[in-house]
This record gives sequence, C-alpha cells and structure tokens, in this order.
Amino acid sequence: MLDDFMVRATLAGVGTVLAAAPLGCFVVWRRMAYFGDATAHAAILGIALSLALSLPIFAGALVVSLVMATIVALLSGRGYAMDTLLGVMAHSALAFGLVAVSFLTNIRIDLMAYLFGDILAVSRADLGVIWGGAAMVLGLVAWRWSALLTSTLNPDLARAAGIDPKREQLVLTLALAIVVAVAIKVVGVLLITAMLIVPAAAARPFSRTPEAMAVIATIAAAGAACGGLWTSYRFDTPTGPTIVCIIAVLFCLSAMVSGLRSSFTARSEG
Amino acid sequence: MPRLRRAGVGVTALVETKGLSVRYGGATALDRVDFRIDRGEIVTIVGPNGSGKSTLLRALLGGVRPSAGSICRAPDLRIGYVPQRLVLDPTLPLTVTRFLSLSRRVTRGAARAALETAGVPGTGSRQMSQLSGGQFQRVMLARAILETPDLLILDEATAGLDQPGSAAFYRRIEEVRAETGCAVLMVSHDLHVVMSASDRVVCLNGHVCCEGAPDVVAEAPVYRALFGEGTQGALALYRHRHDHRHDGRDTPHSHDGHTHGRGRPHDHGQGDQGQDDHGQAHRDDGPDGGVPAAAISSATRDGEGAPRSGDPDGCRRVAAAGKVS
Repeated sequence: MLDDFMVRATLAGVGTVLAAAPLGCFVVWRRMAYFGDATAHAAILGIALSLALSLPIFAGALVVSLVMATIVALLSGRGYAMDTLLGVMAHSALAFGLVAVSFLTNIRIDLMAYLFGDILAVSRADLGVIWGGAAMVLGLVAWRWSALLTSTLNPDLARAAGIDPKREQLVLTLALAIVVAVAIKVVGVLLITAMLIVPAAAARPFSRTPEAMAVIATIAAAGAACGGLWTSYRFDTPTGPTIVCIIAVLFCLSAMVSGLRSSFTARSEG
Repeated sequence: MPRLRRAGVGVTALVETKGLSVRYGGATALDRVDFRIDRGEIVTIVGPNGSGKSTLLRALLGGVRPSAGSICRAPDLRIGYVPQRLVLDPTLPLTVTRFLSLSRRVTRGAARAALETAGVPGTGSRQMSQLSGGQFQRVMLARAILETPDLLILDEATAGLDQPGSAAFYRRIEEVRAETGCAVLMVSHDLHVVMSASDRVVCLNGHVCCEGAPDVVAEAPVYRALFGEGTQGALALYRHRHDHRHDGRDTPHSHDGHTHGRGRPHDHGQGDQGQDDHGQAHRDDGPDGGVPAAAISSATRDGEGAPRSGDPDGCRRVAAAGKVS
C-alpha cells in the first residue's frame, strides 16, 4: 500500500496536520504567528547546514529552528517590540539561509522543494520521521494541555496553580520546532505558518471550548490535506500550495458563515 | 524593630517575606519588605499607584525574582488567585464551565453549585466574553474557590464594579473565609470597604509604611499622608495633628493643626498652602500639643518627633503594634 506515492503523500499530509492544527490553536491564542514564521524561515539555514555537513535534513532543520526559537524567546522583552524583533529575525534567517544554500555548489538542490514542499516525493523514511514527530508533538501538547491553556490565559493565574509559564513557553517552542522540521517536506518552510494558523482560525467560529477548537481545526486541516492532494493531482498544480489554498477557502467559508450567523442573530434580537 | 504581632506561637505563616527587595532595571519596586500572612487572616495591601502592590503579589505568587531577601511559602500551599482583569483573546473560545475546570477538573454539578453560590447561577454554558464585568469577577472568584485554596489572593478584584457590587463581592469573600477558613490577601483601592473587611491592613509605598488593624492604620499619619483625609470621615479630628510633614513639601496634610485638642470640625478654607502649613506644623511640634494621641502607638509618636527631611515619600515604618489586640 505504501508503494503508491499518493498513499504516502496522503499519510504525510494527515500526519503533519495532526501535529500542526492543535499546536496552531496555541499559536493563534498566544498571537505567535510571526514566531512560527521566524522558526520556519530559520529552517532554510538548517537545511543548508545539513546538506553541507551531510546530515539528515530533519535534524538540521530541527536544531536551527530550536536555536532560532530560543533566541527570539530570550530577546523578547529587551527593548524591541516583539513584531519588530520577529520581523528582523524571520527575514534575516531566510536570507542567510538562501545565501548559505547558494554556497553549496557541488550539491544540486531543488530549492523550490524546500521552500514549498514536495509531498509527492515523500519516502517511507520520511513518513517515519513525519509520524514520529507528529506523535511527539501531539503527546507533548496533550500532556501539557491544561498547563498550556492556563498560562495562555494569564501567567499569574498559572503561577498560582503551581504552573511555571516559562516552562510551558519552552514546551511550545520545542513543539513548534518539531512541527517545522516535520512539515518542510509537506508544505515547505514558506507555508508552514499557514498550516498552523489557518485551520485554527477557520475553526474558531464553530467552537465553544478550546478543545473543540483544536478538534475542529484538525478535522478541517486533514480534510484540506486530502482535498488539496486530490485537487493538485486533478489539475496538476503544486501540491503544498494547493493544500494551503484549500484551507484558505475553508477559512473564507467559515468567516462567511459566522458573519451571516451573527447578522441573523442581530436581526432576530433587534 | 520589635514585632509584637502574634509572636509566632504555633502559628505558621502561609507566606512570609523577609527583607524582600525587587528591582526592575534600576528602579526599586520593593524595598526590604517584611510581610506575612497566617491561616484564616484577611489582609489588605493598600498603597498609591506604583507603590509595588502588584509587584508584591506577583512575588508572592513566584512571578518576580527578588533581588534581595527571601520569600517562604508553606509546603503544599494552595493558592486561589483572582487577577485584576483577565484579557481574553477573542480567538480563544471559553465557556464558563470550562473556565471553572481550568487547572483542576470539577464535575458539572460542582461547577453549577459554585456558580450558584457566587451569585451567577445559570451562566455555565455562556462564553466568558459575554459576561458583564461583575459576572466575570464572580466567576473568577468561583474558580479560585473551587481550587479549595489555603490562601485566596485578589488583585484589585473589584476594580470594574460599582459600589454595591463591590460591597457584595467583599461580603462574599468574608463568607468564603468563614466557610473554608482560608486566608485572604487583597490589594484594593476601595478603602472604605477594605477597612471594614480586613483583619489587618498593610500600607505599602515601596516599603511597608505601616501596618496593623484597620482603624490603627487609618489613623497613622503616613497612611493619611498617602491617601489624604477624605478617606476616613468618622475619625476624631484631633488625631489629625500628626498629619504634617517637616520637609515643606505640599503633600496632603495639615491645616487641621488648628483644631487639635478641640475635636471640632473646623474649616480652614484657604489655609491649604504649603508655606502656611509648614509654619503651622512647627508650632505643633512643641513638646506637648496638649493632645491625646489616642490609638497611635508610641512608635508612631517617636517617629513623629524627629524631622525627616531625607525621607522622600514621607513614609516611615510604624511598628506593627496594631496587631497586639
């Protein structure tokens, strides 16, 4: 069954989504979208390093993403506004990464594959990495769920309950780096943030609790991954971007439905 | 400085700080604060804006690293915390029932009962963002109580409430203390209500200016220098004689100097100017104003006797004599 590239691609897409969507809810709640971007863009530098040193891509991307996330976390609150800091870090990481890749003259690499993903070329080994990473992230988020949620609401509330908000921030940082490393093959570094944020945003109007939002986001994203694969196969479009397009369409539908619903409520009340 | 407060026999503090100092950058937020709260006590921290009230609370919660001194918490201390306000990101859906289970799962029945007791029955299925300010605070209090805390900490918990609303809120807190025996630590601006509801008041202005039973603190000159005179209308006027400063700064104070010993209200109209007060103050400093110092402790009087031009905020320690009772 795994011999079919479409089956492998589907599994890769769903695996990535399982990790990205629940984590994405926290990225949205904590307004860390740019943080995700910075981490993802740093991965390009990691890819260049792993190619130069003949290391597995996954390991290089993971390490550099982690370093980047840690630097950002350390620098925050030291005089720069967070969005300025992340803007600087995200784009300079990307630029340095691209320059570093250009030094690798003896290795032919397909830069587009790393920037936008190459889900159809996923190997069995890649699948193992993706599902292993996804399981780690899911486990981490599920284990820390309550603590993460409390410190997201209010750090002092968390401290009163015996939770260390800094440790939870670290958990999120780690999970984010793993998702980035896992998702490179699927959607590429430029679109990873979309996989985190758009499903969560689309799920928001239909959720009454945080847990419901995570579940709905995951289902929507899994559907979009499958739909995107099929669409890209049918119309011969690049797969990673197509998946993101489908999620974006879902988001638009969700926003329209919620808009209609609230105007309907307003009318029936007025 | 002698501490007369509950000499520690058999009483273990829930939280105690010794010489706690906190600095943000170069600025000192807390300066050598000794603070403790025992089981079952209701303690209120009052102080002007920027006096370090919130910093002290956060230090007690463990969110601020002391630059000097120590914070000691009772082992297995359970804290229920009601923050000043909770900013809910609109992207985060949260029903009231879910919020009550935030850090410790509670059953649906327990949640319903807690909401009923808190005076917000039937709100369980509503979104937190749809609650009014008063309902929101009650729900936060309900959640804190569901934690079955040893210590309930409230940071300006009635900031958004009107007078009857906050009065009801404080009554509820007294009930909770009576029911559960937990200690309560509050930071508040509602001086009137706070004074009546607390066992002990700590007046903070970077350091502990004075502390003791509410009526004692209310009469303490340092307290009155910080909060003005309007806060305790019921006080006998002759106690106002301590209300002056010797460095000639224009802090609220002082035209009451005239009235001492007579105890009758006395309008001084334009006598409110710094120069005038200054002169007045020195006259009061005579060996004997002929005035009974009433409940002010001797430590306070000693302090009053000596001019303290070096003290930037007019504050000084008052021995914790208020707790002798």
